[in-house]
Amino acid sequence: MSAIRLLVGTRKGAFVLTSDGKRQRWEVAGPHFGGWEVYHLKGSPVDPSRIYASQSSGWFGQLIPRSDDGGKTWETVGNDFAYAGDPGTHQWYDGSARPWDFKRVWHLEPSPSDPDAVYAGVEDAGLFHSGDGGRTWQELPGLRTQQGSRWQPGAGGMCLHTILLGPGDPQRIFVAISAAGAFRTDDGGSTWRPINRGLRSDFMPDPTAQIGHCVHRIAMHASRPHVLFMQKHWDVMRSDDAGESWREVSGNLPSDFGFAIEVHAHEPDTLYVVPIKSDTEHYPPEGRLRVYRSRTGGDEWEALTSGLPQRDCYVNVLRDAMAVDSLDPCGVYFGTTGGQVYASSDSGDSWTPIVRDLPAVLSVEVQTLP
Amino acid sequence: MIRVQLPSLLKNLARVDSEIELEVEAPVTLHSVLDALDRRYPMLQGTIRDRSTLRRRPLVRFFACEEDISQSPLDAVLPEAVARGAEPLLIVAAIAGG
Repeated sequence: MSAIRLLVGTRKGAFVLTSDGKRQRWEVAGPHFGGWEVYHLKGSPVDPSRIYASQSSGWFGQLIPRSDDGGKTWETVGNDFAYAGDPGTHQWYDGSARPWDFKRVWHLEPSPSDPDAVYAGVEDAGLFHSGDGGRTWQELPGLRTQQGSRWQPGAGGMCLHTILLGPGDPQRIFVAISAAGAFRTDDGGSTWRPINRGLRSDFMPDPTAQIGHCVHRIAMHASRPHVLFMQKHWDVMRSDDAGESWREVSGNLPSDFGFAIEVHAHEPDTLYVVPIKSDTEHYPPEGRLRVYRSRTGGDEWEALTSGLPQRDCYVNVLRDAMAVDSLDPCGVYFGTTGGQVYASSDSGDSWTPIVRDLPAVLSVEVQTLP
Repeated sequence: MIRVQLPSLLKNLARVDSEIELEVEAPVTLHSVLDALDRRYPMLQGTIRDRSTLRRRPLVRFFACEEDISQSPLDAVLPEAVARGAEPLLIVAAIAGG
């Protein structure tokens, strides 16, 4: 019998939610790191007992705890995130120059082949790599040479929040930065280039410029790594050529603003987004929490509402707070800023809250265990 | 023997539940006490001083002998009562919301 482990990062600690493969009864463990912000946790695909976490605090900075027993116990490993060389300046919100300054780790992406290898996406935007289980970290500075002096923060900070490791091609990595855009390397991180052709952001002086787009998240299905789906500040986008060009697939969504986007585990053209009213009103349109699913790779969307609050709901679902398991039927999970974690064991047709009253949820990841 | 009191989040991190006692050679400064603290409890590295600059983190405060010494240079000698263990060095999280 397989099992599911959810790794939930919140504003005040981390929680580990476990169930058997039926996904009906859940046990909740935590908080781990109580009182600390946990932006993200993620397990190694090759050693699910190994989990990396980002533990941070406005008072005490960044820590990286690592578990080697599936989240029961944790060891603090390395937290020295020093940019390579002099990183210079980036743009502040008002266009003035501001020195690069490490603030926190937003996203951890363990290697698909080596449990000791893991990438970290950080604020101020940079990509770091550890090859020793998180004890030491080295920046991949080639990314910042892509007009880093022109990058500027989104409302949440100038963060590198998305890291996609190309299945079958360890040299290819996609990253996304708010508000700089999406970037790709084909040589393991030495050289990078922006992949933002087709994006349009009307808040920019040049709405189709290469640099400056507020990409919120990118998702990919492992069987089709050249097809990417993006939730941008506004607009849901699709690329069929590994980011060389993008086209809008927002279709009939009630709002194309949002943060989370995810792909079904077994159907590479089935997508999930959670529409949010606007960039200033971060809650669902009409106070109705709806996941939207497309079975056509975008453009045509259906509202999934069964089990979700359809009145007076004003929570947000943040960019790393949705995930899918690999059981059949596919399980879909998301967490809200109101502290609920919802689960669907039928590909989104119906939803049940696993927990209702956690601190604001920052991230949800799933491990499907044998 | 130097006595150090940590804020609650750092006590949890270091897995201590009371005051810490550290051996620190004279002259006793904030830097030398914090270096000894980091050696004994490596998980605290970077939580009180920035890892790269070794400056006090902005929302961490230091008190000794009922005085706020947060703005003192980190290499200034601490009061004699702290150096001989009569008074603790207090490391405090600033009241800043959250």
